[in-house]
Amino acid sequence: MTIFSRWFRRPDILATETPKGPWGGSGDDGNPGPRNPWALPPGGRKPAAKPTALDEFLRKARGSGGGGGGNGGFGGLPSGANARALWAIGVAIIAVVWILFTSVHQIGPQQRGVVTYFGKYAGTLDPGVRLTMPAPIADVTVVDVQKIRTDNFPVGEGENLTLTGDQNIIDLAYSVRWDIADPRDYVFQLAEPNATVRAAAESAMRAVVATTTLDQAIGTGRTVIEQRVAEMTQQILNDYKSGVRIQGVAIKQAAAPARIVEDFNAVTAAQQEAIANLNQSRSYAQQVVARAQGEAASFDKVYEQYRLAPEVTRRRMYYETMEAVLAKSDKTIVETPGGVVPYLPLSNAKRLPNPEAVQSTPAPAAAAAAPQSGAAQ
Amino acid sequence: MNAVSFRNPIFAGIVALLLVILAAATFSIVPETKQAVILRFGQPIRTVNAWQPNTAFGQTGAGLIARIPFVDRIVWIDKRVQDLELDNTLVLSTDQLRLEVDAYARYRIVDPRKMRNAVGSEDRIPDQLRPILGSALRNELGKRRFVELLSPERSELMDNIQKGLQRVASQYGVEIVDVRIKQANLPVGLPLESALKRMSSARQQEAITIRAEGQKQAQIVRAQADADSAKIYAESFGKDADFYDFYRAMQSYRHTFGADGGPAPEGSTSIILSPNNSYLREFEGRGR
Repeated sequence: MTIFSRWFRRPDILATETPKGPWGGSGDDGNPGPRNPWALPPGGRKPAAKPTALDEFLRKARGSGGGGGGNGGFGGLPSGANARALWAIGVAIIAVVWILFTSVHQIGPQQRGVVTYFGKYAGTLDPGVRLTMPAPIADVTVVDVQKIRTDNFPVGEGENLTLTGDQNIIDLAYSVRWDIADPRDYVFQLAEPNATVRAAAESAMRAVVATTTLDQAIGTGRTVIEQRVAEMTQQILNDYKSGVRIQGVAIKQAAAPARIVEDFNAVTAAQQEAIANLNQSRSYAQQVVARAQGEAASFDKVYEQYRLAPEVTRRRMYYETMEAVLAKSDKTIVETPGGVVPYLPLSNAKRLPNPEAVQSTPAPAAAAAAPQSGAAQ
Repeated sequence: MNAVSFRNPIFAGIVALLLVILAAATFSIVPETKQAVILRFGQPIRTVNAWQPNTAFGQTGAGLIARIPFVDRIVWIDKRVQDLELDNTLVLSTDQLRLEVDAYARYRIVDPRKMRNAVGSEDRIPDQLRPILGSALRNELGKRRFVELLSPERSELMDNIQKGLQRVASQYGVEIVDVRIKQANLPVGLPLESALKRMSSARQQEAITIRAEGQKQAQIVRAQADADSAKIYAESFGKDADFYDFYRAMQSYRHTFGADGGPAPEGSTSIILSPNNSYLREFEGRGR
């Protein structure tokens, strides 16, 4: 299409080019300029075979035509009735090949073909082998509608600092996936469809982030943000009739800027610490209460027995205790009614003040216990 | 053209070529993406495939057109939506905070002849519109406080900017499709640094608060546990304070003198007993 409009507008180039006859080989002479309509389109079957066949034709024709004397400076060109037949055959072959190559289109399963007849939109080709009018009447632009295109923000490495609604700054990395919903609009509506998708997505992302708080953006609100950005981008692109469908927005990273990320980690650390602290206190609580319950339960059990026979139980417990206690220690019994002043070889000045004697009848008299730190008995 | 001349293939070829050149100069293909202004001796006489709202592709003026060769000239003008990028516009909010704004506009040439008369060529439209967009941005955004610039209520603001831009664009035969802010950033340097500083101090503060709060919670839990256990003890032991005293004393002796099966006490013990001791009451036999 573009090729044709180009050379229709620039006939001067055509004029400077010597026309290529049918024996002139292919149009693939490495010249990227406007293509000659008699040449085969690029991508066609290699026409190398045809010129050789033609050459043979021409050789035969020359042999029978006897030198071709009436042909001015162009020696070697055929003439006469034979030659005219050859001309016709050559032109016909070129025409057939041309029509074949420009009117049969192989549209892949993931593609659509936007067809224009003389530049005017004339429909969209579905996958399969499709026929159109030959060029330059029809032109087909093949568009891949299934390929998911991915745009990454930011491009490459580096920070993409974004302002949040509470005037904080986050470093944001995300990607937008899109494909083509309407090939016709995609081809005709926008001068820069890909750049437009990028710009719309970026604008939407920042508009949405500017309505969220920092904590939402780096924490729980990601999914909501992704969804809202996808919707908003789609809305913008629909307003432009871009023919683009947003498949999804994915936030790859939403974090504090690198320079202050330590302070954010400090908050996390403090949270962990607080939780640990609380756990410790809970286990302490369980211990203390369990112990109280245990002691209370054992006291209750003993007390139940005690109430059945108070005096006896009390004596029994007392003797049992004394047995156990006295069995483990050195004992001295001083038997003086008047009371001897006992000399105790106390090893050092560690003396306890005399504890007050407890005057409870059943209780045993307080025994003076003199701790002897580490002295051998 | 006599039949003899057609015998000569060279001549036939040249004639064919001339015909092709003539056809190419007469007929032009107007694609869907382009509008064509046809000039006769330099004067625009008509427009082909000019943009019309709500026209489906296929019903537009695109297609094959004919002109008088070598007299009429065609000027091509893009029909698609064009980009206009405007980066790094500095905006000062009413509370004297600076913001660096990247914006873009999307526009379409809807009146090619007007456009040609006003600016000559479509390539010059961005240069004409960019300063207008910049000043519209600065004016509108400069009327607001910083917080409002970030707020979702920007749509009215953007509408105003678009109207301002449209007023100028209409003189060029251009329709503004949309104006949007792509980015709004704090300028690198002092504004950015102070914002980051504010953020980090807020976080440090938060860390301290969280720690203190955690300690408080832990203390409450401990105290509550102490209170609970005291209550349990009181409920149980309060049934008979006297017996509790005895019971606990017995426990305590066992513990102190290492007779409760626990670890041995550190100090060794020597006990001096008086025969009057309750334990030794029976030691000397009855009758005391």
